Amino acid sequence: MAGSSLLSKSDRRVMYGMVGVPTLLHVGLVWIPAIATILLSFTNWNGFRFDTMKFVGLQNYIQLFTVFEKDLYEALLNNLWVLVFLFLVATPMGILIAYLLDKNLRGTAFYQSLFYFPVVLSLAVVGFIWKSVIYSPRQGVLNVILGRTAEGDQISWLGDSSFLIPLGDYGLSKNFLALIAPMVWRHVGYIMVLYLAGLKSVDPSMKEAAAIDGASEWQLFRQVIFPSLKPVNVVIMVITVIEALRIFDIIDVLNNPVGTDVLSILVTESILGESSNVGRGSAYGVILLLSCLLFVVWYLRNEFRGLEEE
Amino acid sequence: MLTTKRNQYLAQGFLLVFSLLWVFPIVGMVLSAFRPYAETSNNPRGFFSWPETITLDNFRNALEQGEMVQHWIVTFAVVIPAMTLTLFLSSMVAFSVSRYSWRFNIALLMLFTAGNLLPPQSIIQPLFQIYNRIPIPEIPFISESGQLRGSLIGLILIHVAFQSGFCTFVLSNYMKTLPKELNEAAMVDGAGVWRQYWQIVMPLTRPALAALATLEFAWIYNDYFWAVVLVQQGDDLPITSSLRNLSGEFFTDDNLIAAGSLIVVLPTVLIYLVLRRQFISGLAVGAQK
Repeated sequence: MAGSSLLSKSDRRVMYGMVGVPTLLHVGLVWIPAIATILLSFTNWNGFRFDTMKFVGLQNYIQLFTVFEKDLYEALLNNLWVLVFLFLVATPMGILIAYLLDKNLRGTAFYQSLFYFPVVLSLAVVGFIWKSVIYSPRQGVLNVILGRTAEGDQISWLGDSSFLIPLGDYGLSKNFLALIAPMVWRHVGYIMVLYLAGLKSVDPSMKEAAAIDGASEWQLFRQVIFPSLKPVNVVIMVITVIEALRIFDIIDVLNNPVGTDVLSILVTESILGESSNVGRGSAYGVILLLSCLLFVVWYLRNEFRGLEEE
Repeated sequence: MLTTKRNQYLAQGFLLVFSLLWVFPIVGMVLSAFRPYAETSNNPRGFFSWPETITLDNFRNALEQGEMVQHWIVTFAVVIPAMTLTLFLSSMVAFSVSRYSWRFNIALLMLFTAGNLLPPQSIIQPLFQIYNRIPIPEIPFISESGQLRGSLIGLILIHVAFQSGFCTFVLSNYMKTLPKELNEAAMVDGAGVWRQYWQIVMPLTRPALAALATLEFAWIYNDYFWAVVLVQQGDDLPITSSLRNLSGEFFTDDNLIAAGSLIVVLPTVLIYLVLRRQFISGLAVGAQK
């Protein structure tokens, strides 16, 4: 890399512009709002005139953990369920499919295109597809298979908010699980592509050496391949957490207001709804921000480690 | 390297069963979109029943009721400039951090990368207030609201600001792999930084730009959140977010929903079928150093 000191004065000026304009835009519309979220969370404000803004300290947070306790815990738990299913179901499935496709079986290109296909679609549209094709009470795949399409006998997959797994006052509601299924469906392909790229970079001689030593398929994966893919594993881990925290579209689009709220919905509620409470909305935003912070830092450390010395 | 025949069959069987789960929703969408709801909903076998009528009515109704042509025009008026601008701006940053050593190189790159990882909802409250307060000239179609909120310009800007994080990261990784002698030779020849960027580095970065362009097209086209919050109003919504309005209008007609979904996904699916390799490599490049 050439040192910047070699540049002439006019070249330097060009360079400042090339870096400055994009940075201003990015900082102005992403980082300044991120900081402003934290500041606004300590205020009480309806969002209209600045002189109505009042500093209230921790009041919003105290309210979240008392008055709105039920909303908050329900949303946090729902985000956690998404994470659990993406992590324990979608991720292993994606890794397994990638592992098999890496062996160049017949039809690999076809399978790869097929499993990746949902990733190309918006989760909002995916929600509509599942709603009409899989969950439709009168003609959806599930009720047709179960023979429950007759009037009065239908199962309402997206409408049943009773708990499948109760945990005290909270739990995993049936309709929320119905929303998680399409998320998993879409996430598998994502993981598959990321892992496949990682597998292609594993030194083939390592696999051969292990095979000659008589290692079983599982031992080979567990002891040779998986550890050597640590950077990809971190990326997958972080992407999965962020996906689980960002989830919004499919829940908003299939708006069944009972029992399916997540953090992102609570943050936006006061903008899209009738009443406008910027302070409380921001406090929810801060909780969202804090939840992902650790993972963002972890990701940065993984990606930028060793770069300082270059 | 599946050693035994048995393992090979097992793997094939597994993939076949799973691929059925992936085909199901997509085939179901196509099958039901071409049939009248009255026919499939009154049959215990739903849209698996043998079709008596095949019709384009659902597509016609979806296009009309959802005003989809109008929403499509809005969509492309957002996606094309947003995608182009994102690649242009992030390639400039990537060029300067990957080809020259500055004091704040890594900090800058980290800032962009981390910014892209934040959940959009965590910055929306202040952003919404900012958008409400920045006036812009009223231009028909592009900014009828007279402020960033509700204008296509506002939507384009947030896409560019947010997506440039990912693109800068990917492009700088790619540009780092280009031989550094290129710049040195160009400097000896007296080429300024702009010419080095535009005429030497950019042409060599084309594969990465192509991969990112397909990916960004799909991501911005698929955006739901920014548009729903920052535009809100009916006519100016891009097509994906206009689905929000349809959920009421389409009430119970599942075949109409299927047809509407099919229309919405058509552009991304076509591009995917043609540029599958770019799509996949774009993501893969992002995950690798």
